[in-house]
Amino acid sequence: MSVAETPLLAVRDLQVSFDTADGVVHAVDGVSFDVRAGRTLGIVGESGSGKTVSVLTIMGLTRAPHTRIAGSIRLAGRELATATQDELRRVRGDEVAMIFQDPLSSLHPYFKIADQLVEAVRAHRAVGRGEALRRALELLDLVGIPDARRRAAGYPHELSGGMRQRVMIAMALVNDPKLLIADEPTTALDVTVQAQILELLGRMQAERGMAIVIVSHDLGVVAGLAHDVAVMYAGQIVEQAPAATLFSAPEHPYTWGLLRSMPRLDRPREEDLVAIPGRPPSLIHRPGGCRFHPRCPYVREAHRRVQPELVADGDPQHLTACLLEGPQRRALWARLRAGDAPPPPTTGPPPTTAPPPTTGPPPRPSAPAEPPAAPPVPPPAEPSPAPPVPPPAEPSPGPPVPPPAEPSPGPPVPPPAEPSPGPPVPPPAEPEP
Amino acid sequence: MTGYVVRRLLWTVVLLFVVSLITFVIFYLLPSADPAVLRAGRNPSPEVVAQIRVQLGLDRPWTVQFAHYLGRLVLHFDLGYSYHNDASVKSEIFERLPATISLALGALVVWLTAGIAIGVISAMRPGSVFDRIAMGGALVAISAPVYWLGLVALYLFADDFGVLHVFPGAGSYVPLTHDPVRWFTSLIMPWCVLASTYAAIYARLLRATLIETLSQDFIRTARAKGLRQRRVVLRHGLRGAITPVVTAAGVDLGVVLGGAILTESVFNIPGIGRLAVDAINDADLPLIQGTVLVGALFIVLANLVVDVLYAFLDPRVRYS
Repeated sequence: MSVAETPLLAVRDLQVSFDTADGVVHAVDGVSFDVRAGRTLGIVGESGSGKTVSVLTIMGLTRAPHTRIAGSIRLAGRELATATQDELRRVRGDEVAMIFQDPLSSLHPYFKIADQLVEAVRAHRAVGRGEALRRALELLDLVGIPDARRRAAGYPHELSGGMRQRVMIAMALVNDPKLLIADEPTTALDVTVQAQILELLGRMQAERGMAIVIVSHDLGVVAGLAHDVAVMYAGQIVEQAPAATLFSAPEHPYTWGLLRSMPRLDRPREEDLVAIPGRPPSLIHRPGGCRFHPRCPYVREAHRRVQPELVADGDPQHLTACLLEGPQRRALWARLRAGDAPPPPTTGPPPTTAPPPTTGPPPRPSAPAEPPAAPPVPPPAEPSPAPPVPPPAEPSPGPPVPPPAEPSPGPPVPPPAEPSPGPPVPPPAEPEP
Repeated sequence: MTGYVVRRLLWTVVLLFVVSLITFVIFYLLPSADPAVLRAGRNPSPEVVAQIRVQLGLDRPWTVQFAHYLGRLVLHFDLGYSYHNDASVKSEIFERLPATISLALGALVVWLTAGIAIGVISAMRPGSVFDRIAMGGALVAISAPVYWLGLVALYLFADDFGVLHVFPGAGSYVPLTHDPVRWFTSLIMPWCVLASTYAAIYARLLRATLIETLSQDFIRTARAKGLRQRRVVLRHGLRGAITPVVTAAGVDLGVVLGGAILTESVFNIPGIGRLAVDAINDADLPLIQGTVLVGALFIVLANLVVDVLYAFLDPRVRYS
């Protein structure tokens, strides 16, 4: 981030944990990001990755007796993490507004739409009901609700899903917030309506210059709207980059998994979608080292112990938290893009080159680190005799790159067949507060 | 909506017919005493008893008696005459209704006020000291029999023999039109005693539904709008949680209007409940029929009112 341009929202080392009967749930663990005015940050990740908790915490909506919040949330220079409840209440719905996943359950079923919007205005503006209603109708009209006056006299259940979400957007924008947080705003909607809502959000941003944080499990939703993207996994950001960079040259194996699990029109239909094997980890008993290592096809012994930091490797705007070397990551992605077989962490075709492990316990199907013996993925810069893949789309770094930290003697890819010492981290259901 | 109400009212007529039929059948299958003997006084001669029996129409089969009863009721809105003292059942009931209505409506106000207040405060901080004490107290109030509570209240607070001479004791009821102040003070204890159980039930009911409602998405939206906590709970939360309370209040009011037998007996209030008890003791079939029908009518109407209220409370409900 440039020094000259102070971000509208600056989150630093945000930590949110909940005390539950089963233990402490570390929902958000050291998350930092900036959002500048007029820009959109997309936060993507699976359920339970902490993305929703992160944005609810910005609004102060996770505060509760059993919740611990640490770190800093600065909105236009004002600290929100330590603000009093009343200070936060004044910010909510005025400077920061939020829309949610399911507009039907998010609107009060017993109040008329007009009343709900008027209430939002009058929570922050000392205006009469008539003036507030005029403002509400203006916003309903702006977000594309036909015959707004008549609709406003009705109840939420009388509208379609897309119209309800438009009402939510109108209600969020009614006080001209500087920041709009959209938590899975299209997940509960039809695909065609999704596109309309995303288009509406983009238009509102262009007209008003507000910042948007959009949270989604769907990379496609984020791709259409976000300028920057942060990928969250197990309460941490594992990769962060401008959207174009992230989609063209992702560097984290988890991001690869997300991208490969997404259907795309520009790919052959026969190409299989690849699910990320395994499940998100428990946020109570988190895996040591890299949080993603139990599901990572490229895991090495050291990754179980060392926690990667979110750092740039080359492009200063592209941050990745991965223990693999940068050039190696880029080569791996290039091979994946070229349609190389997906790296199987658990099962795979019978080994052709590497002999099956003869020592140690027998392979367990759930053990995440069985050697993906075939296909071998060579480290990029090693002068392999016959490169089986086309060169990566990204200009690979010119100078020969040192081999990966772990010297692999003969076979190109040896993710060691370590039987994981501890239990392989059973992931129980995430509590989503 | 109108069609719905009309249909419900027609069903009410059917229901009341069934209720009175059942009352008749029970009276003849399980008689509490012979009304003719009771009416005849001490050591009556068999001739006198037989004459009274003919006079009251008890010598005819019960089916014929029932048909006569229904005929008079439908054609003349005539509930018959007491076996015991020949008084018109209709006028007896109308005479007793004001006391019962006074007791029931006052108690309703007390139990709704107390139940809603306690339920809201408990739901706002579940597990707090207030919540624990309130819910413990509610359990006691639900478990305590009304007649016991009434006697304890009289023992403690009655101005005649109570430990503290605070409120008028049993038998002090006067109609509102005679002496409004006396009417009010004499009913304070009966209201509280009758309301205690209901208040406890309502506090627990509202606490449960309000806690559930406060976890809903639309409450999160209300907070995200920047509303004050008081408004979030009392407007958005309570509005979403009040429906079961209103339902219960309607039905319970109907039951109490049919006669709060125990409370009326303990405090000696001349209401429908005590009229019913006396009628049963006297084997006074017309009076029993009258009080049963009034009670059933109140309950059925209360249910109807509740169902109609639903449509106003929840805009998603539409009757057709």
